[in-house]
Amino acid sequence: MMDELRELYQEVILDHGKNPRNFRHPDDANREAKGENPMCGDRFMVYLKLKDGIVEDVAFQGRGCAISTASASMMTEVIKGKTEAEAKALFETFHDLCTKDDHDHGHHGPVDEDAMERLMVLSGVRQFPVRVKCATLAWHAMNAAIEGEDKASSE
Amino acid sequence: MDTQITNTLAGYDVERVRADFPILSRTVHERKGKPGKSLVYLDSAASAQKPRQVIDAMTRFLEEDYSNIHRGVHFLSQTATDQFEEARRKVARFLNAPSERNIVFTRSATEAVNLVAHSYGRTFLSEGDEIIVSVMEHHANIVPWQLLQMDKGIRIRVVPVDEHGVLDLNAYEDLLSDRTKLVAMTHCSNVLGTVTPARIIARMAHERGVPVLFDGSQAAVHGVVDVQDIDADFYIMTGHKLYGPTGTGVLYGKVDLLKKMPPYQGGGDMIESVSFEGTTFKAPPARFEAGTPAITEVIGLGVALDYMEKLGREAIAAHEHDLLQYATQQLSQIDGLRVYGTAPGKGPIISFTLEGVHPHDLGTIVDQYGVAVRVGRHCAEPLMERFGVGATARASFALYNTRAEADALVESVIAVKEFFGA
Repeated sequence: MMDELRELYQEVILDHGKNPRNFRHPDDANREAKGENPMCGDRFMVYLKLKDGIVEDVAFQGRGCAISTASASMMTEVIKGKTEAEAKALFETFHDLCTKDDHDHGHHGPVDEDAMERLMVLSGVRQFPVRVKCATLAWHAMNAAIEGEDKASSE
Repeated sequence: MDTQITNTLAGYDVERVRADFPILSRTVHERKGKPGKSLVYLDSAASAQKPRQVIDAMTRFLEEDYSNIHRGVHFLSQTATDQFEEARRKVARFLNAPSERNIVFTRSATEAVNLVAHSYGRTFLSEGDEIIVSVMEHHANIVPWQLLQMDKGIRIRVVPVDEHGVLDLNAYEDLLSDRTKLVAMTHCSNVLGTVTPARIIARMAHERGVPVLFDGSQAAVHGVVDVQDIDADFYIMTGHKLYGPTGTGVLYGKVDLLKKMPPYQGGGDMIESVSFEGTTFKAPPARFEAGTPAITEVIGLGVALDYMEKLGREAIAAHEHDLLQYATQQLSQIDGLRVYGTAPGKGPIISFTLEGVHPHDLGTIVDQYGVAVRVGRHCAEPLMERFGVGATARASFALYNTRAEADALVESVIAVKEFFGA
């Protein structure tokens, strides 16, 4: 198997893709947004429980490829407990990770470095530009939910 | 040995055919110090590759004969006009149309459907009227009618398919009524490969005086289409799937229908005379060809049709059918693989899913082996819903594909399965 593929589909991704974490609809969620990729039909609902500016709970449901599912699953793990501002900064930083070379990464406020470390496994999508949408789909939905919108399209 | 024999099936020399397509000898995914993979192009249903003959003809035209057409008395204008109009005659012969007056050039099949929806639809349909389509239409044969629906308050009725993807003719008969004003149906599904019984569809509609439009974007590529035999009122195809250039679509229409349709777009080349008191329009097909068309591309399309005729359209169909059967049989041996579309007499298009693997992941991985397939919804979302599937992978076979390429597809899909432990 080619190196680039191993880089894209690391074990962690295959694991999260097969056994997504927080794959549920929390009863007490007070925000939700849909993320949809019209190209492939992937569709996620991201649910947030926001309280006093803190993401108390985050979960998702829907259908997607291994990359989009794994990314959504890992997102729920790193976003939980963050402030809205921290969650948005993680989104922006993660977006850079998927689309830009390291030296072009912008500063989007203080980010959880440990979280970014874990998300590094998804940086393989940079070699596969058409798959960037997959990796960022749930993140766009999460960002939309924080902003109080009900829908995000992966750009 | 085996491939040698089958590649010359019934005298069809696929290796000679492949030599006509420069792109087929390239490799993909070259990396530092590592050779690339041979291209295995199984996405011709999205767009077909072009033979040298088409590329050369377009280059030659641009280098030697290029000019605008239908105007000007100078030498080049006349030469270019002759070649453009010769392409129209070639298209007419390709479809067995009674005359080149039946042939309107558009930019795409999509534009051809929009032309009919806009010109015929807005003139002859009104609130409460119904258009019948099938559930397996490409979005290009759905959305233009929905725009008409928004504008005119018409209704769109949908003929279902069974689990094999066969059109339900009984349901079609039930849907036909006094309210039906047009039937707009695919002649070959771009997802399932199902070939619809065009002659029967047309006859049943004509018994009620209803005209029929066929979307032949796929059908015209894989079989012999005779618009007079089918008795189509409108027939649509697209040049880039017929081994011709992009920017070329074809609308065949019966002359009496075209004659009573108003222009679709206004501009140069479609008028008899223009004044601010009133403008008169040319007869079809010129009436529907406002503005400078894709001159070079249309001439290229004519050469592409020549190319298909020279190989023999029945020979092409037989070759593709062999590939379809072989590939279906080989793929079906893979555990967890499901093929969507098993209608008898289908075209060489195989949509499939692999249990436990999303088509998008499958597409990325087989691509690393050089195998180009389409993944996604194939611009046919209602059909995806019908089969309860978010997306599929689609391998489509063309006149230049080989059994060895079908083997490469199968091997790469097996690699995907191993990769995901599916």
